[in-house]
Amino acid sequence: MSMITMREAISQALWEEMERDEKIFILGEEVGVWGGTYAVTKGFLDHFGAERVRDTPIAESAIVGAAIGAALAGMRPVAELMTINFAFVAMDHIVNQAAKMHYMFGGQMKLPLVIRAPGGGGRQLAATHSQTPDAIFAHFPGLKVVAPGTPEDAKGLLKASIRSDDPVLFIENATIYQQRGEVPEGDYVIPIGESKIQREGRHVTLVTYSKMVQYSLQAAEKLAQEGIEVEVIDLRSLRPLDMQPVIASFKRTNRAVIAEEGWLSFGVGAEVAARLYQEAFDYVDAPIRRVAQKEVPLPYNRRLEQLALPQVEDIIQAVREVLK
Amino acid sequence: MEKKEYLELYRQMITIRRLEETAAELYQKGEIGGFLHLYIGQEAVSTGILATRQPQDRVITAYRDHGVAINAGILVRNVMAELLGKTTGCSQGKGGSMHMADVDKNYWGGHAIVGAHIPIATGLALADQMEKRAAVTICMFGEGATNIGFFHEGVNLAKTWNLPVLWVCENNRYGMGTSPERASAVSAIIQKACGYGMPAYDVDGMDVLAVKDIVAERLEEIRAGSGPQFLEICTYRFRGHSMGDPEKYRSPDEVKKFVENGPIDRFQKYLLEQGLCGQAEMDQIMQKVEEEIEQGVKFARESPEPEDAALFEHIYVDDNQRGEA
Repeated sequence: MSMITMREAISQALWEEMERDEKIFILGEEVGVWGGTYAVTKGFLDHFGAERVRDTPIAESAIVGAAIGAALAGMRPVAELMTINFAFVAMDHIVNQAAKMHYMFGGQMKLPLVIRAPGGGGRQLAATHSQTPDAIFAHFPGLKVVAPGTPEDAKGLLKASIRSDDPVLFIENATIYQQRGEVPEGDYVIPIGESKIQREGRHVTLVTYSKMVQYSLQAAEKLAQEGIEVEVIDLRSLRPLDMQPVIASFKRTNRAVIAEEGWLSFGVGAEVAARLYQEAFDYVDAPIRRVAQKEVPLPYNRRLEQLALPQVEDIIQAVREVLK
Repeated sequence: MEKKEYLELYRQMITIRRLEETAAELYQKGEIGGFLHLYIGQEAVSTGILATRQPQDRVITAYRDHGVAINAGILVRNVMAELLGKTTGCSQGKGGSMHMADVDKNYWGGHAIVGAHIPIATGLALADQMEKRAAVTICMFGEGATNIGFFHEGVNLAKTWNLPVLWVCENNRYGMGTSPERASAVSAIIQKACGYGMPAYDVDGMDVLAVKDIVAERLEEIRAGSGPQFLEICTYRFRGHSMGDPEKYRSPDEVKKFVENGPIDRFQKYLLEQGLCGQAEMDQIMQKVEEEIEQGVKFARESPEPEDAALFEHIYVDDNQRGEA
């Protein structure tokens, strides 16, 4: 095992996969000469060359559209969107083309395509650049939506995404690129569609993913000091959504909190809660609680922005509520 | 060109015509659902475009796609079966009229979001360039598609990377009911190619041989590394945009003018005049086409409906989940 950052984990996965398979190439804004807006592809251009590390115009439909076409024709493109906020500009190609083509043409077209997109709030970028719209993309059958919360998962899941023959939206959170974690040595792949228990506990099931994994673990740590044992389950992908470990945990704890960074309404928490009520209604000892972003466009002002974003304290509070 | 090649073009054009007329009848009877966009009047366009393409050349088009399907080599019966939503359809009954494809024939669809397939064509050509294949991607779209952002993003990138694409604007004069004069900053669509530094040509889309010849030249140049080129083909659709078109945007006289000088009549006349084909031979070809259409309808009608299980098939290649998120 070695301690590396989230950024390094993602970068390593890309690098190792590109070394393994010549069909893999990267395209996106500033991925080459600049070295990646978040420096994920730093050094790639020198090593892999301009054919495989392609700077594009600022034209997200062209980026995703061209990636789709190249994937159809046998390549394995990894398209980088500078931020997930720009995915809306390419929305048709993501949800209406990539997610549909295998099905709509009767299975004859394959799209081994990854779209990497960092998102998340908390960097004072104001409303248009700070969103966590993950749930929107998870709405569409045909698209896989992966959103890891630890370096180990990021590396293993990105490799799985690149090796998948289906289109994958790989959502990163830009505020945790510096977060460190232990990563196994060598080549490993984590299958898409398996939730993971990140911390065991017997009092409350805390379901989360992406950036909120660390927040949830911090909350669990604090609560442990009071003897409250929280089980933290990381969904790791929103579609496929692996509810099995969540339901199993809930049947032991009978209480659940769901923590996500995106907005509350129609969010991941709503989906998970609905499924828990349906699959394990007889086990419910308290109303399931959701922790999420307040229903406002994120403001620039630092204090206001932090007020809108879910905090560790909000998670602790919600856990206490379900234990009442 | 040999006589049999002329006759093959003729056969394809009347196959499309009769296929579309038959589809219209089946639509009226309720056997075909959804939208139906007929290619009647535009047969010379796709027939001419595909006449000289090599097997490695890709073709991708918009939703008025039955003609290209026939020219690409999909059998009438598989087109009919798709229209009737059967498993024997070229997209297994999941795509319908607007989403026909056959990847083995390098026909990449049938795309129904206006212009969205244009950047996808850029990507198809990118793969060929990266893999050093001597292939050209032929991307067809209507003049209406040149007003949407996808067009500009797609052609800009293709030119920036010098990709082997032939952009074919099939100008049938109306995007639904709106003419370029009412929707485009420049009504001469060909001018739009200048902004992207592409060689641009136009041709009469009612003349199958003219279309064939100019496309052959363009394909040769692009294959030799010219980068993308642009071709505007002027044509006219004889029927409405789709089956429910009140046609308030054009006069019967205007339609009549084009119909009287239609691509099939014109080519028939040419074949007879040039002595490439006699009336008897022409009738014989028509007879065979009629039989093929008739058998195609029979095949489509008798083909099985998809099983319920097909609902959850082909959502993903990696079959680790079916239907549920």
